[in-house]
Amino acid sequence: MKDNIAIVGVEEVELENGKVKDGLTVLQIQALAAKGALEDAGIKKEEVDGMFVTGMWHQPGYGTAPSALLSEYLGIEPTYTDSTNIGGSSFEAHVGHAAAAIKEGKCEVALIVYGSTQRSDRSRNTGMPPILTAQYESPFGLPFPIGSYAMAANRYMHQYNVGSESLAEVAVAAREWAKLNPKATKRDDLTVEDVLNSPVINDPLHKLDCCLVTDGAGAIVLVSPERAKNCRKKPVWVLGHGESHSHWSIQAMPDLTVSSAAVSGKKAFEMSGLRHEDIDVVQVYDSFTITVLITLESLGFCKPGEAADFIASRGIGPGGTFPLNTNGGGLSYCHPGMYGIFLLIEAVRQLRGESDKRQIKDAKTALVNGTGGVLSSTSVCILGRD
Amino acid sequence: MASFAKPIPKIDHDSKKFWEGCNEEKLLLQYCNDCNHYIYYPRIVCPHCMSTNIEWKESSGKGKVYSYTIVRYGPPGFSDDVPYIPALVDLDEGVRMITNIVQCDLEDITCGMPVEVVFEQRDSVKLPLFKPSN
Repeated sequence: MKDNIAIVGVEEVELENGKVKDGLTVLQIQALAAKGALEDAGIKKEEVDGMFVTGMWHQPGYGTAPSALLSEYLGIEPTYTDSTNIGGSSFEAHVGHAAAAIKEGKCEVALIVYGSTQRSDRSRNTGMPPILTAQYESPFGLPFPIGSYAMAANRYMHQYNVGSESLAEVAVAAREWAKLNPKATKRDDLTVEDVLNSPVINDPLHKLDCCLVTDGAGAIVLVSPERAKNCRKKPVWVLGHGESHSHWSIQAMPDLTVSSAAVSGKKAFEMSGLRHEDIDVVQVYDSFTITVLITLESLGFCKPGEAADFIASRGIGPGGTFPLNTNGGGLSYCHPGMYGIFLLIEAVRQLRGESDKRQIKDAKTALVNGTGGVLSSTSVCILGRD
Repeated sequence: MASFAKPIPKIDHDSKKFWEGCNEEKLLLQYCNDCNHYIYYPRIVCPHCMSTNIEWKESSGKGKVYSYTIVRYGPPGFSDDVPYIPALVDLDEGVRMITNIVQCDLEDITCGMPVEVVFEQRDSVKLPLFKPSN
């Protein structure tokens, strides 16, 4: 795998009840995540020359260029900079961009960072101003983002005659994994009945069909295969990558039951040379339970309309034959606005054998899918170890 | 608790004709004379062929519900309206738009339901909403 780029450092900051400790700021938690990931890799800050930063934390003026602001805060002057923001899938895109940049010699050590204090700030859901293309959306009171996912769920359930119980199974499996992850925010028992009995927010999605609203920060370090030889941890190779977006507003999504993971997943598989049956562990963005069903089908793990049967027959929780979202996911671990970086961190830990009680035995390959916006953007990374 | 007004479209160079049509209770759509597609939302170039040879045509105002949701907890400005029904309507002309389904019992709404446009005044603008067709 000598031509592949390596992930050599990962870190996520600790949360207490979904909040960062001690009222740390959004810059502080990103700095701590970056420091932790570099220590994990055994790389000094001075070596970082590629910065990949995005977030919803930017404030008018100072915060509108996240990679520049965070680089300044950390004392880094990069030769490659990328603030790509396509929503929660941005970080899988950053991995692909970083790998390409390192291969091109634009940088040698790439640092991807994300952080949010949205829970502590109570800053989520202020509505979209009715300007530009949002003027055809905001006046109709479609809640962002849940209203769009709810419409996808209704369409999916109508088209394939699937019930709410099948969606709830995704939340229950996520909770079973979360119980094995001491860092997870929600670790108490959860049943299908609990999900179905939780309040309906936007039909057909219940409160417990929705991801958490938490703080969080994470960081990832990528290097060339040469540099990877002298890192603290064994490399996790980026074998394949793809990204796409089909729309931004839900009214422009061609088919609400198929995401652009059909495009980005295909690209990632082609680049990796792997087949679906070669993948040992899967991390899929679970903003809502429906997201997982649509994504598994779009990625080609099962046929359209068959995700519920696939999940029931294979088992996606602990002990199943299709281990999915092994950290508890956005549904039970954390979801600080843009969750995609935590999917990557968990995949790396699984491939390193660092996942303790939730470790998938002998996991050698992982697929990571990020989804952003309202099923709008997707990016897929296929990772592997020697 | 801060109170929020419901959003009113901020009319711009793309949307002026569309909202003017709504105010006359006409649902106007752009039509590309080069590739013969209807276009929604309005824009300066055709999203199919990038032509600027675009004219406005009045829609039949008829279509079907592609999907919908029933909002039980609303965004700022809408909390007094719950429950209400945002929906995606596929117009007979082949375009899809976000709207609300009105004059419809919550238990009657389904994907595929035939609907037709009605206009509802909100401040300075009439919004294109849809009700079940008879």
